[in-house]
Amino acid sequence: MIAELGLAALWLAAALSALQLLAAIAGVRAQGSAIAALVRPAAAVQALLCAIAFLALLYVFASTDLSVALVAANSHSDKPLIFKLAGAWGNHEGSMLLWVSVMALAGGLIAIVERRLPERTMLATLGAQSFVSLGFYAFLLFSSNPFERLDPAPLQGNGLNPLLQDIGLAFHPPTLYFGYVGLSVAFSFAVGALVTRQVTPEFARVMRPWVLGAWIFLTLGITAGSFWAYYELGWGGWWFWDPVENASLMPWLAATALLHSASVLAARDALRTWTIMLGVVAFSMSMIGTFLVRSGILTSVHAFAVDPERGSFILALLAIYIGGALVLFALRANTVAEGERFALLSREGALVVNNVALSSILGIVLLGTLYPLLTEAFDLRVSVGPPYFNPVGAMFFLPMLVVLAIGPLLRWRRDSFARVRWQVLAVLGLAGVVLLAVWLVTQIKLLPLLGIALAAAVALGSLLPLRGRDLGRLPLPVWGMVISHFGIAVALFGMAADSAFQEERLVAAGVGETVAVGPWQARVTAIVPTAGPNWTAMEAQMAFAYDGGAPRLAAPQARQFWSPPQETSEVALITRWNGQLYVAVGNEVENERWQLRLWWKPFVTFIWYGGVLIALGGVLALIGRVAGDLRRRAAVRLIEERRADEANAGFPLARDRA
Amino acid sequence: MTDRLKPKHQRLVLVIIALVALIGAGLLAAWALRNQASYFYVPSDIAADPPEAGRAVRLGGMVEEGSLTTAADGVTVRFVVGDGEARVPVVFAGIVPDLFVEGSGVVAEGSMGADGTFLATNLLAKHDENYMPRELEDMNMAQARATVAETAE
Repeated sequence: MIAELGLAALWLAAALSALQLLAAIAGVRAQGSAIAALVRPAAAVQALLCAIAFLALLYVFASTDLSVALVAANSHSDKPLIFKLAGAWGNHEGSMLLWVSVMALAGGLIAIVERRLPERTMLATLGAQSFVSLGFYAFLLFSSNPFERLDPAPLQGNGLNPLLQDIGLAFHPPTLYFGYVGLSVAFSFAVGALVTRQVTPEFARVMRPWVLGAWIFLTLGITAGSFWAYYELGWGGWWFWDPVENASLMPWLAATALLHSASVLAARDALRTWTIMLGVVAFSMSMIGTFLVRSGILTSVHAFAVDPERGSFILALLAIYIGGALVLFALRANTVAEGERFALLSREGALVVNNVALSSILGIVLLGTLYPLLTEAFDLRVSVGPPYFNPVGAMFFLPMLVVLAIGPLLRWRRDSFARVRWQVLAVLGLAGVVLLAVWLVTQIKLLPLLGIALAAAVALGSLLPLRGRDLGRLPLPVWGMVISHFGIAVALFGMAADSAFQEERLVAAGVGETVAVGPWQARVTAIVPTAGPNWTAMEAQMAFAYDGGAPRLAAPQARQFWSPPQETSEVALITRWNGQLYVAVGNEVENERWQLRLWWKPFVTFIWYGGVLIALGGVLALIGRVAGDLRRRAAVRLIEERRADEANAGFPLARDRA
Repeated sequence: MTDRLKPKHQRLVLVIIALVALIGAGLLAAWALRNQASYFYVPSDIAADPPEAGRAVRLGGMVEEGSLTTAADGVTVRFVVGDGEARVPVVFAGIVPDLFVEGSGVVAEGSMGADGTFLATNLLAKHDENYMPRELEDMNMAQARATVAETAE
C-alpha cells in the first residue's frame, strides 16, 4: 500500500512537472499570461510529492517489505536499521529516486524563495528546471521503477553489498547527489538567462548561493568518498583516478570555475557568456558522471546493474539536455552584450587564469576517463591511471596554485605590480626556500616536492588578504575565501607528504612477532576469530608503539559476510597529529602466520582536514551571502514602507527631494 | 588586454587565450594518453610482441592449475597465467584477492621484468557476481555458459 502511494506521488509529480513546463512556456511567450501563475505552485507541490515518494521508499526498506522487488534484491531483514535505511539509496532505482527528489526539492525552493530576478527570467528558469526533471521522471518511471512489486514475495532478501554496509553509505551518496543535482539549478538559471537574454550581475548574485551550496556538498561528498575508499578497501590509497572518482571530480572542477566566474560577474559585470557556458558545463558534467557511474558502462561497486536499456536512456537524456543547451548557447551567445573590461593584472585577470586552468584540468580528466571507452570501440583495451593523470594534471594545477596564492591580493579592474611587489616576492620566496630546503634534506621526487613548496606558498598567500584588515569587521565571504584557499594548501600538503614519505611493509607474522614500519613497532598479541550481526572475522590484536613510546592497541579484521558472501578488510587506523598508521590483515599462510600489510602515512589526514576546511570556507561564504541578501531585502522593505508613509502624510517623495 | 583595446577585442583575446589553453591541454592529453595508457594483454599477445620492460600494462588470463606457489616469506606468490596458447610467469607480493584461486581468471596490473616474468603490482579477481574486472567478463563467458548448461540439465 505504501509502495503504491509512493508510486502514485511520483506519477503526480511528473504530471505537475509537465504542467509547469507548459505554463512556463506560455508565460515566457506572452507577458502576463494567467497560466504562468501556476508555475511556482507546481514546483512547490512537486517537492512535496517527491518527499512523500522518498519517505515511502524509506518506509518499505525500514520494514523490509520483501514484496517490493527492490527491497528483495538489496535488503535483508537481519541488517542493522541504519543500513536498511541507507540501503534505500544503495542501489540503482533508489539512488535515481533520491536524484529526482533532490531535484524537485531544489526546484521547489527556488520557486518559493527567489524573487529578485525579472519574472520572465524566473519563468524560463523554472521551465528549464521542469524540462530537466521531466526527463528524469520518465527515466525513473519507465525504466527504473523503485516501487515495483514482486509476486510471490521471497522469504528473504539478497542483502546489501558488504562494502556498502558502512556508515559512509549514509552520508556519501546523499551529499554527492545534493551537489550533482544542486548544479541543475545553475543550469536552469543559465538557460533561463539565455532565453530572456538577461545576463546581469543580479543574475550572478541569484545563482551564486546555489552554486556555492552545490559546491559545498560536492566538496564534502568527494572528501568523504575518498576517506571511505581509503579505509574500506584496505589498499592504503585515497585517490585511484578510478572513473567513478573522476565522475565526481569533474562536476567539482566545473563548479569551482563557475563559482569564481560568477563572482566576477556579480562584482564587476564581466565574463557574462563564459559564466553561462560554465553553468551549462557544470550540470552536464553531473549528468555525464551519472551516466558513467549508473549505466553499467564501467564496472565498479557503483555500477549496480548492467542494463543496456538504462544506459541508452541516460545517454538520450544527456544528448537532449547538453545538446539542447549548447545549441541555445550557440544561438544566443552573440546577443549577450560584452561586459566590463579589465586589465590583465587585476583580480579579474587572475580569475580568468583560474577558470582557464580549471577548465583545462577538466578537459584532461574527461579525456582520460573517456579514452578507454573510445578505444574499446576499436577493440583495444586500455586503462588510464596515475601515470597519465598526475603529471598532465599537475602541468595546469601547479601554475594555477601560483596564481591562487597571488590573485586574491590584486585589486579589481586594474592593479600595478609595484603595489603588490613585496607580497608576491614573499610568496614566491617562501616557495623557493621550502623547495630548496626539502630537496636538500630529503631528495624526494619532483611532483611531491613542488606540491610541498606550493602548499607553503598557497598557505601564506591565502592568509595575506587578512593583513592590515580589521578582522572583526571582515565580511564573511572574505573569511570563506581565506579558509577555503588555506584548505587547499592543507590538503595539498597532505597529498604531497603522503606520496613522498609513506613507508610500507608487507609481511607474514604470527603471534608474538614484531614488525617495524617507519617509526612504529607493531607487535601481534593474538589472532582470534570473532563475529558480528551478519559477518564472521579473523581479528589480529596488535600493540603499536610510536618511536619507543607507550603502545596503543588496535585490531584489524578480515571479515567474511554471508549475505551476499564476500570478504572485506576492516583496517586498523592509528592517528597521530603527524600521520596515520594503516594496518590491513590478509590471508593465513602456513604455520599460523597471517599476512599483514602496514603503511606509515605521514600527514595523510591533512588531505581530509583540508577538504573539510575548503567546504567550511564555502559554508561561511554562503552564510555571508544569504545574510547580506536578507539584510538587503529588509532594507528595501523599510524604504518602501517609509515612502508609503511619507506619501500618505503628504510629504514629497524621498527621491524627489534628492 | 588594456583599456586601449575595444570591447570586442578584449572578448576576442580572452576567447583566444581560453582556446589556446584548452587545445594545448587536449593535445597534451592526447600525447600523454598514447604514451601512458596501460594496454591490456593476454599471454599470446605477450608471446607475439612483448611490451618493453617497465612499461605499465595489464595482463589477463587463467591462473594455471598447480602453478601457484607461495614463497617462504609468506607474502610473495608466483603463478603462471595462460590463455591456451601461451603462458606467462607472474610474481606478486601482497594480499591476494579472496576469489583468486587456481583455474580462475585474473587481471594483473604491473610490467614485464627483464627476464620475461610479469611483475604484478595489483591483482584483480572476480570480486562477486556484480563486481568483476571488465576483461574477465568475456573470459568467463565460456565458463558461464557451461554453468548455465549444467544447471539447465
